[in-house]
Amino acid sequence: MRAQTQRKMVFRAVMSGRVPRWSSDSGARSMSSWWRSVKPAPKDPILGVTEAFLSDSNPNKVNVGVGAYRDDNGKPVVLECVREAERRIAGNLNMGYLPMGGGVKMGEETLKLAYGEKSEFIRDKRIAAVQSLSGTGACRLFADFQKRFHPDSQIHIPVPTWANHHNIWRDAQVPHRTFHYYHPESRGLDFVALMDDIKNAPNGSFFLLHACAHNPTGVDPSEEQWREISHQFKAKGHFPFFDMAYQGFASGDPERDAKSIRIFLEDGHLIGIAQSYAKNMGLYGQRVGCLSVLCEDEKQAVAVKSQLQLLARPMYSNPPVHGALIVSTILSDPALKKLWLKEVKVMADRIIGMRTALRENLEKMGSPLSWEHITNQIGMFCYSGLAPEQVDRLTSEFHIYLTRNGRISMAGVTTGNVGYLANAIHEVTKSA
Amino acid sequence: MASTMLSVASASPFASLSPLENVKGKLKLGSASLSFNKAKGNPFINAKSFCRISMVAAVNASRFESVTMAPPDPILGVSEAFRADTHESKLNLGVGAYRTEELQPYVLDVVKKAENLMVERGENKEYLPIEGLAAFNKVTAELLFGADNPVIKQQRVATVQGLSGTGSLRLAAALIERYFPGAKVLISSPTWGNHKNIFNDSRVPWSEYRYYDPKTVGLDFEGMIADIKAAPEGSFVLLHGCAHNPTGIDPTPEQWEKIANVIQAKSHIPFFDVAYQGFASGSLDTDAASVRLFTARGMELLVAQSYSKNLGLYAERIGAINVVCSSADAAARVKSQLKRLARPMYSNPPIHGARIVANVVGDPALFNEWKAEMEMMAGRIKNVRQKLYDSLSAKDKSGKDWSFILKQIGMFSFTGLNIDQSANMTSKWHVYMTKDGRISLAGLSLAKCDYLADAIVDSFHNVS
Repeated sequence: MRAQTQRKMVFRAVMSGRVPRWSSDSGARSMSSWWRSVKPAPKDPILGVTEAFLSDSNPNKVNVGVGAYRDDNGKPVVLECVREAERRIAGNLNMGYLPMGGGVKMGEETLKLAYGEKSEFIRDKRIAAVQSLSGTGACRLFADFQKRFHPDSQIHIPVPTWANHHNIWRDAQVPHRTFHYYHPESRGLDFVALMDDIKNAPNGSFFLLHACAHNPTGVDPSEEQWREISHQFKAKGHFPFFDMAYQGFASGDPERDAKSIRIFLEDGHLIGIAQSYAKNMGLYGQRVGCLSVLCEDEKQAVAVKSQLQLLARPMYSNPPVHGALIVSTILSDPALKKLWLKEVKVMADRIIGMRTALRENLEKMGSPLSWEHITNQIGMFCYSGLAPEQVDRLTSEFHIYLTRNGRISMAGVTTGNVGYLANAIHEVTKSA
Repeated sequence: MASTMLSVASASPFASLSPLENVKGKLKLGSASLSFNKAKGNPFINAKSFCRISMVAAVNASRFESVTMAPPDPILGVSEAFRADTHESKLNLGVGAYRTEELQPYVLDVVKKAENLMVERGENKEYLPIEGLAAFNKVTAELLFGADNPVIKQQRVATVQGLSGTGSLRLAAALIERYFPGAKVLISSPTWGNHKNIFNDSRVPWSEYRYYDPKTVGLDFEGMIADIKAAPEGSFVLLHGCAHNPTGIDPTPEQWEKIANVIQAKSHIPFFDVAYQGFASGSLDTDAASVRLFTARGMELLVAQSYSKNLGLYAERIGAINVVCSSADAAARVKSQLKRLARPMYSNPPIHGARIVANVVGDPALFNEWKAEMEMMAGRIKNVRQKLYDSLSAKDKSGKDWSFILKQIGMFSFTGLNIDQSANMTSKWHVYMTKDGRISLAGLSLAKCDYLADAIVDSFHNVS
């Protein structure tokens, strides 16, 4: 409140002329700025980690901060299927604006991944879908849509969740409530408390669920648990919104990773999904994803899609084409699609292998703690259970970069650094 | 918003999606609920349905049953309607996308070269930082202000890569909403249709200043100055840097000086939308003159930039928001807050277009090639203007003065046709344009000028 009052005071002082806006005879140097009240923003907790890593010159430094896949040499990877797609599309296609809803072919293929190749909902045209600016853009578009059509609703967010989820719904002006998710003692799912929160929420609440490979914990409900969650959602009439940023990355099999969504669809829920190709196709910087909302019928889907486009228009008009072209080139060519599935499995398998290696290394060092959760958890991230102070020591003493909630991006672990990492973790936890 | 027969009945924005005959029929029948909803408060919701949904949490009932059909976008919807039209003489003068004389989209040679270079280099696709590609931000600010400009040398410009012009405007609007609560943006009457949507969705109040004078089909300069003067001190004034959209009418250099005077006198903040640098006169520097004039006076200002048209990168969504501040410290702080607004919108911007720009604008040889292609594109439009003017003068025996077509500049021409006349252009002549009377000369070929002249003369004289 104080900061806001301060800003208003500065603004009024400037406006009333008590503080001169500019001096006509001495130019820029003596001019007071409009932007005096603008404070430096805090560093983004996730992306700020990489910035810090990049400015560190220590040769042993390890970046297990941001969730971007690295190969066993710690290098970013561009998938072969992507390179091939780029060769095919480089330099000769026109760049006319995409329709506001995005690339049509890309949209169709993307829905198949989430809803199933032979999905009746796709066949019956019941899904309102628009290409989005990766997962972030899909969540934001949905949050704005939720605000516009259910202005009094809230979003129920798991604890913990990807930090940017809070920013997204907040900037969309949708208040949030939290629900129990992570169980620190077991480093697993707090299923009982989760179910209680679902039951106790007002009927018809909006819930944010991670479809697979929960970020940051790596803790996913089992299939049986998903069924119970779905059942309870039915009883309460809740709206399930799935953020699926890691399809293919969790188990290596995209169909398997979409299981939670398929369960809800079987149970008759009308869901929403944010999909991203940032990780599973390695298209991070291309910003390509999809927002979809399952509707009662085709007419409603058309209406909902038109409203989503109406929200997108004053944000960016229409989505970027390059990533969408890569996706549609790959997914509509059976050979390229097969190659992609193979490459996704390679990435997922490497991560599973690193989980095993990290756990074994820690156990070999005689750590007094249990590290089962490293292999129980799934996807890119491991919620190590490290306290912020221990994280700080990892960074300051060992030049290992991760977010302060103890989240380790397994994608940054390699056969070359897993020993070093295990040793460092052991050092900061052995007296815990 | 589109509420004419044309847009509701035949311009289904989803014609390209799939055969929608059944749906179209349903849409027609329900047309009363399609145009804007008169429900109080939230204009998007059918109030009755909303109440029903919130009381009963039925298992399979949709939460979004109350969602009404949005009207087609008045600009982008035109292209979609054009695509659905099968008439052989159809002409798309709707959206401002450059076409060759053969009316084909044009990928610039420099862009193809840059893309091939990029494929050869095999660069990765990692996330950009929130503020975008550093090399892109650098060349973009230099292109706009001039590499030797003191504001750049003194690091007083906060530049953040944005999703083309729209995205950059949206970031600026969000910044205004957060740091200047209650401040108004003054926009020209008329202006690009999406400006209002951007400020509305950002919850920034706006009002209009007079701009277009229908009597002269030129600038209402007195009205513009008066309205800017009358606005509360500290308002933001949205100015088109060059090639005003939709009118094509730009202030003269002398008029720009006077505009700057009144803005300074009222302590307003200039907010430039520069979507056509290079496209107006053919010269990148000349088209930046208005921005540089204001900057030279030491004013703090905002500039939203786009490479959609001048580099033909439309669908790559590449542009930038620049905020010129009075100090490097203020610029750093403003930049950090722009990032904070971008993160919950899309996290970080798309990389492809940024790399193309950095490669073209940052390489002296490619940059020179680009300048030549730019002159060629702007030159084609000037030629088309001339031909259209000649055709109109020859075909119209009424003595009407069509010279405004030559005086206007850039991609667009404000024909002076009203809503009904514009509708006639489409329904009778299959010429697609926006209903404010704007035609995109970028979509016109020399070969079609005669046909277009016929259509305009007919619509102007035979429809009221």
